Amino acid sequence: MAKIFAVTIILIAIGSAIPIVMHTWDMPQDISTHGPLIDEQYKDTMLEAGISFLASQILLAFFIWKFSDPKPGTKIKSLPGGAAGLVIAAFVLVGSEVLALGVFGAKAWASVYFAPPAANAMPVQIQAGQFAFYFRYPGPDGKFGPIHVDQINEANANFFGIDTTHDQDSKDDIVTAEMAIPVDREIHLLMHSKDVGHSFFVPELRVQQDFVPGLDLSIHFTATKIGKYEIVCTQLCGLGHYNMKAYLEVMSQEDYDNWIKQQAALQ
Amino acid sequence: MHDVSAHAVHHGAPTSFIRKHVFSLDHKVIGKQYYALALVAVFVGMFLSWLMRIHLGWGSFAIPGLHLLSKTGAPGDVMTPEYYLQLMTMHGTIMVFFVLTTAPFAAFGNFFLPIQVGAEDMPFPHFNMMSFWVTFVAFLVLVASFFVPEGPTLGGWTQYAPLSAVGSVGGPGQGLGVVLWAASIGIFCIGQLLGSLNFITTTLDMRTRGMSLMRLPLSAWAWFITSVMGLTAFAVLMPACILLILDHVAGTSFFVSSNEVINGQILPHSGGSTLLWQHLFWFFGHPEVYIAIVPGMGIVSHVLITNMRRPMLSHKVLIYSMGALAVLSYMVYGHHMFVSGMNPVSSLAFSFPTLVITIPSAIIVLIWLGSLYGSKLRINAASLFALGFVSMFISGGISGFFLAQPSIDIMLHATYFVVGHFHLVMGVAAMFGIFAGTYFWFPKMTGRMMSEPLGKLHFWLTFVGAYCIFMPFHYLGIASNVRRYQAFTDDYLIPLIPVHKFITVAALCTGAAQLIFLYNLIHSRFKGAPATDNPWEGTSLEWSTATPPPHNNFGDTMPVVYHDPYQYGIEGASTDFVMQTSPEQIKNPNEEK
Repeated sequence: MAKIFAVTIILIAIGSAIPIVMHTWDMPQDISTHGPLIDEQYKDTMLEAGISFLASQILLAFFIWKFSDPKPGTKIKSLPGGAAGLVIAAFVLVGSEVLALGVFGAKAWASVYFAPPAANAMPVQIQAGQFAFYFRYPGPDGKFGPIHVDQINEANANFFGIDTTHDQDSKDDIVTAEMAIPVDREIHLLMHSKDVGHSFFVPELRVQQDFVPGLDLSIHFTATKIGKYEIVCTQLCGLGHYNMKAYLEVMSQEDYDNWIKQQAALQ
Repeated sequence: MHDVSAHAVHHGAPTSFIRKHVFSLDHKVIGKQYYALALVAVFVGMFLSWLMRIHLGWGSFAIPGLHLLSKTGAPGDVMTPEYYLQLMTMHGTIMVFFVLTTAPFAAFGNFFLPIQVGAEDMPFPHFNMMSFWVTFVAFLVLVASFFVPEGPTLGGWTQYAPLSAVGSVGGPGQGLGVVLWAASIGIFCIGQLLGSLNFITTTLDMRTRGMSLMRLPLSAWAWFITSVMGLTAFAVLMPACILLILDHVAGTSFFVSSNEVINGQILPHSGGSTLLWQHLFWFFGHPEVYIAIVPGMGIVSHVLITNMRRPMLSHKVLIYSMGALAVLSYMVYGHHMFVSGMNPVSSLAFSFPTLVITIPSAIIVLIWLGSLYGSKLRINAASLFALGFVSMFISGGISGFFLAQPSIDIMLHATYFVVGHFHLVMGVAAMFGIFAGTYFWFPKMTGRMMSEPLGKLHFWLTFVGAYCIFMPFHYLGIASNVRRYQAFTDDYLIPLIPVHKFITVAALCTGAAQLIFLYNLIHSRFKGAPATDNPWEGTSLEWSTATPPPHNNFGDTMPVVYHDPYQYGIEGASTDFVMQTSPEQIKNPNEEK
């Protein structure tokens, strides 16, 4: 039975690795400027974790095969190097592995979060609420008018609670239910939640960031490929959580200019 | 080390049924009560997971009789989106608290810690009785939420604020359901705090003559380390639950900020912090992962040593490594919050200790593997589950490499990758520890042997089945399949639905295999072959007393300990092992220097 067990462990270990090696299910294609660093980090981690996984499982299986049900009279043997050797191996091998992953991973993280947005980054405001995203563009003046929560009225499509009668900066603001951005242009996404926690996740964009009620957060990114992508919510926000989504359309600058004009006309 | 006579806990053997089996002061009865509670809880939790998996595989399928559970949650026997979330929340809460914390720590620890240290009982038997009964009440309070008008909370076992704090305006179950959830967990914390106090005092103050700390078996060390974590972690969760209840019933705003608008109404809260809940919860939540798994490490080490017929390569290194896990577990909790909106510098600060915690984890695994080398491994249901634990812990632990790094977490956070990771490492591995402990200690607990053929059949189906369920979770996560969705309507998720169907079939089959275990457990309890005092030829104190142990554990004479706990492979001795209580002089070639 021990030998069958050993073979089973090896088959499971190899079987588990096959879809990874074959890329049967993979991360969606990256469309961001910062994504390559994340993808590189993921690949390095997969290589190191994969080797550790296979080596440990195969070693476990081999020892079960070799040392189970021994003949009578067999004496206990000890691993050469003993526990000290294993502790040193763990510190050196795993220690160097995690140090490398930590340092390079920090670099990838810093590229996303530590660099401020460029001065000419295009601001877009996003509001999350049960169970929809809404987007606001500042219009020609480049300024967002203030939000008045007491004026939020979904029946009148005033999702953000903006006051176009009294607030000069709000008069040209453009509110949409879908997000469009020009390709190769840095976007400064200003995030807030109207009610509970939500999240903004666009796998292709390599961006995931929670909305935190009471906190105004922002992220910035540049999309490099024209196309239509899904924005999904990843923070459990209530019964409609699974269905809370919007589309992100990455367009050429010309298409974007036309789109924003059309949206302005609809306000 | 103390003379136990100075600390003996004298309570005479009970005579009435109530004091013997219900409100018992005997740690062994309390241990069995915890086990029975965990057994009920695990089948309830598993049943909920079956319902969820059927819904995820075939969303429009009418599950016969489901409307009996909830008319509004399952009209026409088809689950509503909110009912899916409610079942999911209850599944997670029941499994984490009432199974993974209760069985390996409170059940086995209660039964065996006093015996392994050589004590008559725990030092505070009334606290011990109370710890079980408040845990029982906590379970009833949680289950009661199924029967209140809107049903249980749908906020997930993590109960993130402000969804959990805004009341029923947040959705079905977010009013009374959350209050019952928080009350249940708050009460549960009281039970764990009382239990932890008893475990710590038992270990430090109740050891018999000759039982130095380093002569404690690894299982006793694991329970001791876990109890220290329990004392500090549950002490944070309990007040967090009280604050959450106050936000519901007293108009406070601990977890709700100003100007939140739901259903067109501005909520009457101001000034609270939604991230505060996450900090409080995960300060408990990450040590909780180790509260679930460290007892399993101790149990599995104990079972493996007995079946390898040799001590571990280093007793001390394993103890220090488990201790390191406990200490580091408090420094890593922020890795649950990389994309939560906390300061991104904090993410890096939490990332490094998370990566470092892989070192003691790797040492523990390497010591297990290195000790298998040159051993004389006996294969039985207990050792198979112990070895299965090692395999599962490796598989589940290694995916932690990914989640420890904030840059990769951007892609994997809140996906099925995380679900696969924690199910393998703290769910399945911990369950394998519970199974290993059950097959190993059942004879001592009941006086009867379990069926080995049924135990092995149970192992094979569970081992292969668990991998079939939880490995594909990782692939789904890599493909950005978001968790906590009751249906997959996004364009990019639709191609992944066949994988979910496969997982559902695997989950149903693996769950059904657990009925073999249940049958074996109940049948053996009454009809199993009588067990001898030391059926596995073990060395620690539980094997030197009668099977099952008498009321005061050791009869008239308290044991005296002469040796380290694992004296196996002794040359020149009549057997290949020498018990801790044997006064014979020995020279163990495998002894640690």
